[in-house]
Parts: sequence; C-alpha cells; structure tokens
Amino acid sequence: MAMLEVKNLEVYYGVIQAIRGISFEVNKGEVIALIGANGAGKTTTLQTVTGMLKPAAGEIIFEGQDISKVAGHKIVSMGMAHVPEGRRVFAELSVYENLQLGAYSRKDKTEIMQTLEKVYQSFPRLKERKNQLAGTLSGGEQQMLAMGRALMSKPNIILMDEPSMGLSPILVEEIFKIIRDISAGGTTVLLVEQNAKKALAVADRAYVLETGRIVLSGNAKEMMNDDSIKKAYLGE
Amino acid sequence: MNFLTYLINGISLGSVYAIIALGYTMVYGIAKMLNFAHGDVIMIGCYVVFLVMSGQGLHPVVAVLLSIIICTLLGIAIEKIAYKPLRRATPLAVLITAIGVSYFLQNGALLLFGADTKSFSSVITLPALKLAGGKLTISSTTIVTVLVCIIIMIALTLFIRKTKAGRAMLAVSEDKDAAQLMGVNVNATISLTFAIGSGLAAIAGVLFCSAYPTLTPYTGSMPGIKAFTAAVFGGIGSVPGALIGGILLGIIEILGRAYISSQLSDAIVFAVLIIVLLVKPTGILGKKIHEKV
Repeated sequence: MAMLEVKNLEVYYGVIQAIRGISFEVNKGEVIALIGANGAGKTTTLQTVTGMLKPAAGEIIFEGQDISKVAGHKIVSMGMAHVPEGRRVFAELSVYENLQLGAYSRKDKTEIMQTLEKVYQSFPRLKERKNQLAGTLSGGEQQMLAMGRALMSKPNIILMDEPSMGLSPILVEEIFKIIRDISAGGTTVLLVEQNAKKALAVADRAYVLETGRIVLSGNAKEMMNDDSIKKAYLGE
Repeated sequence: MNFLTYLINGISLGSVYAIIALGYTMVYGIAKMLNFAHGDVIMIGCYVVFLVMSGQGLHPVVAVLLSIIICTLLGIAIEKIAYKPLRRATPLAVLITAIGVSYFLQNGALLLFGADTKSFSSVITLPALKLAGGKLTISSTTIVTVLVCIIIMIALTLFIRKTKAGRAMLAVSEDKDAAQLMGVNVNATISLTFAIGSGLAAIAGVLFCSAYPTLTPYTGSMPGIKAFTAAVFGGIGSVPGALIGGILLGIIEILGRAYISSQLSDAIVFAVLIIVLLVKPTGILGKKIHEKV
C-alpha cells in the first residue's frame, strides 16, 4: 500500500483551476520528484497535501487516512513535514528557536533534544549559529534551517518545495546530498523541483506536471534518457 | 517638587496607556489588524468593577478578577464573531468592522447602564506615600499603577519568549502559513492574543478609572485612542515599544497640561506623534520590514 496516495485532486484559486484532477502515489522509502515548468501546479499540489489549501475535489490518503479535510495544523503531528518554497524561516527568531518550533507538535522534551542533536550533526553550521537570528543567515544556511526545522518533527515523509532555488551550484550540490542523506535515513521524500536534471538524478520515480495535469510519469533514470523529457525539461 | 509630581503622574498615566497599548500592539502583530474596539473593552471592564463593587458590595479584588474574566471572554467573542469571518478580507473591511464593534459596545453600554455618569470609587485604598517631609505626595493609585505595569511587562515578555504558546505567537506574527506547517493552530493563537489583550484592558480600565473616577459609556474611547497612539509611537507590533510609547505619551500629556495648556494637552500629544512619524515612520522601536527574496 502506498504511504501517500493522491487521487483525482482538483484545486482552485477563486475561479481559476490550478490543479485539474491529478493522481500520484508515494511508497514508503521512495524519493519522488514532481517536475514541471513555472505555474504547472507543483507548489499548489504540495500546499494542498499539507492542508495549506483545501481541494475542491479528490482524496489525499496518508497512511490509510483521508487527510484532505483535516485541519492544516494537525497534519505535521501525523508524520508529514513540509519544507516550503522560499524557505519561510522565522527571520526574527534564532536558529535554535526555529528548530524548537519545528518540534512544536511533539511533547517529549528529551526525545526532542535527541532529534535536535541529530539535526545539529547533519547540519553542523546550524549548531555554530544556533543563537543567531535566522534572518541573518545566508540563503544556503536558511535552506538548511528550513530542512532541519522540518526534520525536528521526526516525519515519516518530508515534502520539499524547490530546495535548490536561488542557490549557488556548490550549495545546490550540498542540498541534494542532504536530500540523499535524509532518504538514506529512512524518511520518504516528495520533492518538487525546477532543476529537473538534479531532481531526476536523486529520485526513484518522477511525475511531470503541465498546467495542472500529470502528463508523464515513470522511473526517474529512464526519464533522464527520454528524448522528449530531455528536450522539454533538461535543456538538451 | 512640582515637576517631580507631574513626572510621576505622567509615568503613572503612561503606565495605563502602555498596558492598553499592549492589546493594540499584540493584536496588530498577530492578526495585522487595528482593533478599534479595544478601548471600549476597557469601558465594559470598568462597568463590571463598578457594578460588582457598588451593586453587590463585593471585595475590590473579586470585582477586578471578575472584570478580567468577562473582558477576556468578551475579547474572544469579538474576535470569533466579528473578525474571524474576515480573516481573508481586505484590511479596510476589517477596520470598518472594528469601528462598528466599537460603536456596538458603546451603544450596548448606553442601553444597559444608562447615559448618566457613574462615580467610580478607587479600588486601591492604601494611604498615600509622603516623601521629603510631606512636600512630595504620591497617591497609592499612582504607585500601584506603575508597579502593575512593570509586573505585566515582565510577565508578558517571559510568556512570549519562554513558553511554547508564546513562541507560537511569535511564529504566527511573522508567517501564519509557516507557523501552521509547524503544527501551530493559528486560529487558537489569534484567540489567545485577543484574550490576553482584553484581560489586560480590564486591568488598565480599573487603574484608569481609579485615577480618573468618572465612568460613562464613552470612557474607554479617549484612553483607547491615546494608547493606540502610544503603540504607533513606540512602534506597532513591539512589546517594549508599547511600554516606551505609553510612558512617553503619559509624560508628554501631563507636562503639556501643567506647563503649556490644559486644553491643548491632547493636541500636543498628537502633534508629537506626527513629528515622530515624520522622522521615523515605523515608530521608536518599529520593526524592520523584511524583504522577501
């Protein structure tokens, strides 16, 4: 059974339909990439899955339960974390306070401290800057903070929206290495990326979105060699 | 000694403004709206104290506690009924609604309690403090007001910085969607903010009416507007800003009344506000506007 299953999802912004009946599934342990051009509906899809937007139709089944009508703030405690587009760290709070907010849905303080130590191990730079205001971090550090903050909820699945956006090539490499590490640590990953080449390289399977519809899906490695994909999304 | 007396009275009045300003500034920080009905919550709180004390003859402490409870519930109710349905409406719609709630409370009080001026007896009945061989007399109300303000400021700062709910408030004030992704219940956090602000309004009302003991349905509106000015003056959205803005405003008002003109004291207060906003539009401790990249 799939860990996350989206069925015939439709989402509107006012009268404009952004998502036109998409279906996809994510199995436990997979890295799934959602790729597509600007405005294809990738961010909208993620936002609907984590309850920031409400769908007009369709189902979102997470670990056997339909979460499409669950209040947005309850979803993280069910084991789903979301690293939003543009990082959205709390600029006026310290790195440490940001990470603590990541664990807001959890109760056990000693377990939270253990997760914090793990996050500091994965992101030593966050530990160095734990008392610094998040707004004073560089773009790459803010991305790491956004990822660390999501990991603080100890998620079973982590949704990432454009984690490489606006970063230098070296940092992009680092971010994708982190995504591999997160996956190797047993967390399922649903990744939205404009950088299709990198996304396909890290993913097991991928879905291609175009104007609110899924136009193609399949094994990520095979898609990398598909001529039409190469032409449309890999710039070759 | 006169100057010192005026200064102390100014700090005391400013402390009341600061406590009221907290309600404006916290609600603005979290819900990004100006709750113009805040001043009228103060008035309701004063009527509760007045009725409980003079009507039922209960102890002032009981009256004040009851007033805090009723104002807290009133604040939550106002938010739920009037503002929550407008969460995604334009700021203008929310502003007009807030003015509407203000009129509703004033006229409701007019209907319930009548238009006649009630004489409010101070809840603080301690003897005045005489210093410098009787040359400087500080009333117990003045001392209690300043102390209460200090306690509230410290408690609130600790609450916001050290508790989970406080941290959730900071997160919501900065980014509602991101806060929700952390598992913060945004609506409950906004309710909590209104509850705290309105509870503080009850305390401010009691202190204000103890110093200026006339009570009508319009009693809350002027201190409400002045406290709003204080919040803007200090930098709206900032808790220490509310304190600094409130105290400065109180001092300016009392000194202006004493040395320049008692009729022009309000005009002087607002003139200072205009000058501050011309020089520093975000107020004294105003937050920097972060550019989103």
